[in-house]
This record gives sequence, C-alpha cells and structure tokens, in this order.
Amino acid sequence: MRLLYPENVEDIALGAAVLGTGGGGDPYIGKLMGIQAIHEYGPVSLLSLDEIEDDDLIVSSAMMGAPTVMVEKLPKGDEIIRAFEALENYLGRKIKATMSAEAGGLNSVTPLTVAARLRLPMVDCDGMGRAFPELQMVTATLYGISATPFAMGDDKGNGVILNTVDNRWTETFSRSIAIDMGCTALIACYSTTGRELKEWAVPNTISLAEEIGQTIREARATKSGVVEAVRGVVGGFQIFKGKIVDVERRTVAGFARGEATFEGIDEYTSHTLELNFQNENLVAILDGEIVVSVPDLITVLEAETGEPITTEGLRYGFRVVVLGIPCDPKWRTPEGLALVGPRYFGYEIDYTPVEERYGRQSKES
Amino acid sequence: MRIGVDVGGTNTDAVVMEGTKVLGWVKTPTTPDVTSGIVAALKGVLEQTKVSREEIDAIMIGTTHFTNAVVERRRLMETAAVRLGLPATECLPPMVDWPPDLREAIGDHKYLVHGGHEFDGREIAPLDEKEIRQVAQDIKKKGIKAIAVSAVFSPVNPSFEERAAEIVREEVPDAAITLSHEIGRISLLERENAAILNACLGELAKAIVASFREGLKEMGIEAPFYLSQNDGTLMNAEYAEKYPVLTFASGPTNSMRGAAFLSGVKEAVVVDLGGTTSDVGMLVSGFPREASLAVEIGGVRTNFRMPDVLSFGLGGGSIISTDPLRIGPQSVGYELTTKALVFGGSVLTATDVAVAGGLADIGDPGAVKGLDKGLARDVLDEIQSMVDMAVDRMKISAEPIPVILVGGGTILVSRPVQGASEMVKPEHFPVANAIGAAIAQVGGETDRVYSLEKISREEALAEAKEEARNKAKGAGAEEETIKIVDVEEIPLTYLPSNAVRMRVKAVGDLTIT
Repeated sequence: MRLLYPENVEDIALGAAVLGTGGGGDPYIGKLMGIQAIHEYGPVSLLSLDEIEDDDLIVSSAMMGAPTVMVEKLPKGDEIIRAFEALENYLGRKIKATMSAEAGGLNSVTPLTVAARLRLPMVDCDGMGRAFPELQMVTATLYGISATPFAMGDDKGNGVILNTVDNRWTETFSRSIAIDMGCTALIACYSTTGRELKEWAVPNTISLAEEIGQTIREARATKSGVVEAVRGVVGGFQIFKGKIVDVERRTVAGFARGEATFEGIDEYTSHTLELNFQNENLVAILDGEIVVSVPDLITVLEAETGEPITTEGLRYGFRVVVLGIPCDPKWRTPEGLALVGPRYFGYEIDYTPVEERYGRQSKES
Repeated sequence: MRIGVDVGGTNTDAVVMEGTKVLGWVKTPTTPDVTSGIVAALKGVLEQTKVSREEIDAIMIGTTHFTNAVVERRRLMETAAVRLGLPATECLPPMVDWPPDLREAIGDHKYLVHGGHEFDGREIAPLDEKEIRQVAQDIKKKGIKAIAVSAVFSPVNPSFEERAAEIVREEVPDAAITLSHEIGRISLLERENAAILNACLGELAKAIVASFREGLKEMGIEAPFYLSQNDGTLMNAEYAEKYPVLTFASGPTNSMRGAAFLSGVKEAVVVDLGGTTSDVGMLVSGFPREASLAVEIGGVRTNFRMPDVLSFGLGGGSIISTDPLRIGPQSVGYELTTKALVFGGSVLTATDVAVAGGLADIGDPGAVKGLDKGLARDVLDEIQSMVDMAVDRMKISAEPIPVILVGGGTILVSRPVQGASEMVKPEHFPVANAIGAAIAQVGGETDRVYSLEKISREEALAEAKEEARNKAKGAGAEEETIKIVDVEEIPLTYLPSNAVRMRVKAVGDLTIT
C-alpha cells in the first residue's frame, strides 16, 4: 500500500497518455479532478492486487462520452458517488475498493475522485493495460465478468442502472443514454470479487503509468533522450521515426477513424509508415505491410519532447517516433483476439506479437 | 501610408510603408512608460522619411504590455469570475489550475450559478435571473469592476452569457465585462482562463490605449491606430480596450509575418534575435505554424490561436558572465545604449563580444579592445550553438530549409546555421516585426459545435463561414477582400450522434478611410 498525492497524479496522467495509444481522452480534466479531490479529502491509497482480500467487492469507475464534450461540460463531481451508492444498494453489499477500467488516457485517473471522496482504496491494475474504444473491451469480458449491474449518473442527479445479457449490449445501451445525458456520464461497472480480479486484471498498470510519467519528466529536466527512456520503461520497440505528411479523418458510427502518413527521417529515410486509427491507433503499416496491430500498443511520441500525441493531435509537420509496445498476454488468447484483435476492427490479417517482428532488431541496437 | 510599430523589451521600432514599399525605419530604446518610446520612434521615422502627419492612413502597434503585466503580476484588477454551468462543472471551479500567486493577485473571486448548454443546444439548467442578480450585488458590494462571464458551450449558444452580462450590468453599471465566447474556443477552463485574464487587464488596456491616443494627439497625428493580435491580424483601439488578451504573443507573429514578407520565402525557419530574448518559429505558407497544445501565459492554460514559438534568453543585451561562461538570460534590456561596454558602460554584453569579434561596428570598438580573444571566440561559438539547436528543434524534417534571420540581434550570428539550405537576411531585417505589424490584415474566427441531425454538413459549414466573414467585417475588413483562410472540421468522437466542431477563420484587408 502506498499513498497517492497530487504529484503522483501528475505523473500517472502523463504516463497514461502513452498507454492511451493515441486515444483514451485527454487526462487533463481527470487529473485536475483527482488532484482537487485529494486536496479536499486527503491522499488516496493505492493497493497492489495481492493486498486485496478474496471476498472484497471491487468496482471500476470511469467517464464515458465524447472527449471534446468532457473538456467543455465538466462534471459536477458527485455523479460517480451516487453511481457507487446506487450500485451498493442494488447489490446489498459494501464496495471495498475501486479501480480503473482503462489505464490509457483519461480513465487512468478518473477513479481518484470516488476513491478520495468515499475514502476507498484504488487497486493498482486495470482492465486493458491500454485504451480501447468500447466498453466490453476489457479483460473482465474474457473471464465472464459482467459489466452489469451497470450504474451511470449525470450532473443533474439522474441515475440509471442497466442489466444486459452481455457486455456488448451494455456498450450499446449506455452509449445512447450517455448522449441523452449530454455526451458525458460517470459510470460504475464490472463488479468483481478480489478472487476474480486477481485472475482477470492487468496488474500494476497505474504504477506503470506513473513510472512512464516520471521518466518523461526527469528525462526532460536533464535533457536526455526522452523517447529512448520511455521505450525502456514500457519494454517497447521503435517502429519508425518520421514526419507527418498527411492526416485524413472521418466519422464512422460515432468513431473518429482515419489514417496518418509519415515520411521517414534519419535511418528511416525513404520509408513510409501509415497509421490507421479508430480513436486509438489500430495498425501500423510500414511500406505497405502491417507491422504492428491491435491489441499491441502503438504510441506516437513527439521526437524531441517525448510528448504523447493523440490521434486528434496528429498534424502535418510533426516529427515523431512511433513505438510498438507488447500488450498484456490475456489479449493474445483466441478469446482476446476475437474481442480486440485486428479482425474485429476489419483487418483480415493474423495477429503477430510486436516482439516477434522487432525483438531481434531491438537487441542489436 | 502606414506606420508599423513594435514595442519590444529592449527596442521600440517604427517603420513607414507605402503599399509594399518600406520608406524608412528607426529603432529607439523602449521606455519604462512605453508610450514616450513610441512617440520618440514615430517622431524619428517621420523626420527621416519626410512624411507629413496628414499622409498617414493608419498606425499599427504591436506591444508586449499585456503579456508582461500577467507574467509580472502587475497592474491587474481584482476580477470576479462568474460561470453558468451548475449543476455541472462544480468540481472544478474557475481558476482551479492557476498559480496561486496570480489567483491571489486578482482576488480569487469566483461564482458558480445555474445555466449553460449541452453540446446539442439543450439547456443544462434554466438561467436563474435571481441567482445572477444576487451574485452581481455581491460583486458590487466588494467593489469589483472587472467581471468575466463564462457559460458551458457558449461558443454553441452565447445567449446565457449575454443575458447574464445584462443583469450584471444593471447592478454594476460601470463594470467591464468579458464574455468567454468572444475570446476563446471550446474547452471551458482554457476559454474561461482567457476571459478572466482579459477582464483583469481591463484597466491597463484603457490606460495604454489612452496613452497611445494622447501620444499621437500630441504629435498631431489624426490617423486611427490598431493593435496587433496573436493571429497576425489587427484590432482597432475600441476593440483593444475590450480584448487586450488578444495581443498575447503578437510580437513573434509579427516578426515571422514580416520575415516572410521581406524575404518572399514562405517555407522557412525564422530566427528573430532581439535585445533580451530570441524567438524561433516555423513559417508554413507564409504564416507561423500554430501551437498544437494549450499555451500557457504566466502559468495559465489558454486556448488561443498562438504561434508555435521557441523562445530562449539570447539577445544583443544578454549579459555575459565569464566564470563559468554564461550567456543570458539576464539582459541589460533597454539600457543597452548606456550599460554596454561599447556605449561607455561597465557591463559585458553579447553586443560587446560581437564588436570585439569584428562582427559589428557599433559604439566605440576601442572599449572592447582589451577583451580576451579566446573568450570572445568561446562566447560566439556558444551563441552559434544556441541558435543551431533552437532551429533544429523547430524544423519539421532533417532536410535543409531556408533560415531567415531578423531582428536587431542578428549581428550575433555570422556563420550559417546547421541544417540551413540558405541563410536569408532580408533588407530591413532589424525591423521585420514592425513591418509585420504594418502589413497585417483584419480577421474573424468562429468555433462552434453543430449537431448534424437538424442541418446538413454543408449548411453547417456555410453558416460557420458566414459567421467568420461577418466577424472579419465587424473587425474592419473590406468586404470584397475577405477570404476564408482556414477551415478545420473535427468530428466529436466516441458517440454515434452526429455532431461536428467547425473552426473557420476569415481575413481581409483593413478598410482605410
């Protein structure tokens, strides 16, 4: 157990943007909310998975909606508290801890608000090890854990509890309700026992985000190679270094899909990388061949500052380094790949783990 | 005839232009009160060019007054921030992410009331006139005269901000009220921050505009004057009194626009070497590349359209300390002409080293004769590597690209910059910023979210363009010359509802009457 103070939250939020693989929403608002809650209610304790009792009830908390709206209509603050209370009433049990459903992006730090206010510990884990666009895309789904009963709350005091036949239906209904709530809602979901959680969670991801953030901060201060330092911490591989020469975006069924094209520089001169994204980066195509795909993480970092660049922030002229980072092994099972593999997103290819292609090159360099 | 003026930390520059021709320019020291320096520069340049006061059509002034006031926390008014958003937004009150000293400097007065809109135009809560009136009365009781009003999604529907302002004005008739939708873009905190900064600068803006007006009147100049904005366009005096915040970062924009104009090069890195600091930026199609991230001013996040600029502490007035060797960031600033060795002073500056190294012939070269040759070489090497590094950081590829040197401190750089395809030092390079001010156009910008359930994408785009044109016209653009220069369309993600955010910018030539 250790305590999270505002300075830890800063680092977690920065590192979470790297794990966000281009999506997951800007952690800025979530970070401010977490820091504000810690100022008012005191530091949040972060527990490792092995500190959780088998019978404890743990509930994930998250924000749902459009990132562009979240930065405009900020939450009231107690939406998530009421969602937790509604869920406790419904289940007739006390919630012992909360956790992040998604360590990438905004939702890495969302649980801090409810943790600080209700004095609940937060568990050092999440359900993705990265960010994904849909709610059922968590490792919990692979272990038969239901997203429901699913509580959502808005700024006006409305609360909704959903019960659905599977997690994909939860996604469908909750998204329609989120629109009616004004494109933002706070959600409490994936009720699970400590015993179950130890099986399905992606462990230590909050600490990982913090370590990434700390690495970026320190490397910047000493003006040493930020990108290389981040690569070391995440255990990833440099896929490409180049300049963004074209970005194309379109909206398909509410998702921002698009492609970005990078022209190689330095050792990648005369090579071209194409990145396809749907909120998050999906596949990286080097000279016409897919070299990294979901569920592995594809992260774009500004070459000098190491600043993670979101898919919305991709702009002509940026000099960037593209990293491929191995995903949690749970995603590499047949069930995992069926849920979040390349074919789910419309790419008729077999998934190849990033280290199989890049492992050797990396050792040489 | 137009006169462009640039007020920098060290020098105040003035240039006279007839159409695209530069008739003459002067550089004078910036004075602590600023205005007398401007008057001196104007007098100097009119004398030099023999242009009469009647021939002047307009005067364009780029100034750092307002940025400096925020950075130094000086001359800021106590300001009340009123936000319409309850029940939403309560967890993050206005100024929540400000440096505490700045928040304290303006009194930390914040009020949250009901209201605001959803992304699709529905009301979050109805506007509560009684509640706003109570807030206004409290503001009045505290004697606060500067007020910033923000409402959730006011860029989509500004009516709540406008109504709230009416009510506040009824209670506090002499208050200066800033509405967030008139300044910033979508993203509540950043837009609200910009509005609060604008409000707290209200008194200073009035004083500055009055002193400009006074100074020009004393000189017998009747032509209207304009202030440079950070997007390279102009605003008139009345507008500047209301929106001082829009001058932030106008200096680097002006010098980059001036550099593009003078050199005719549209894709380049511009290095503007001043007296205290240097700015490096990228020109793309003749305009500064825009910063993609939120830009901080005095520690506060804002979301203006700002140029992407790398500033570092190197200039002609940079103070050199020898043991260990350090260049800047301290500078003698506007006192260069009294404190530098070559001007009879006793402080070793970058300019002295440039003279000693034979790069320039300024003041009395005899005063630096005794300077150690090895030291001079080391300093000039270090200066060169500072510039090389800054250029490399702003470049967009490893490919060589033209580097344009402008500003009074260009004497410090004698060798080609690393990675430059060519070095361009255009004619009139010392006053590129004042020229950038003189050639500026006027513009209008709109940033709104459209729900595409009621109207088509084309209709939404047409509406946004029309609004931008109208704003440009309102700012004083000649109608026939207005062009749409930028359209950005951002779909709202993660939700199947069809909503899109459109950002459109229009610019046109200033109407000169």
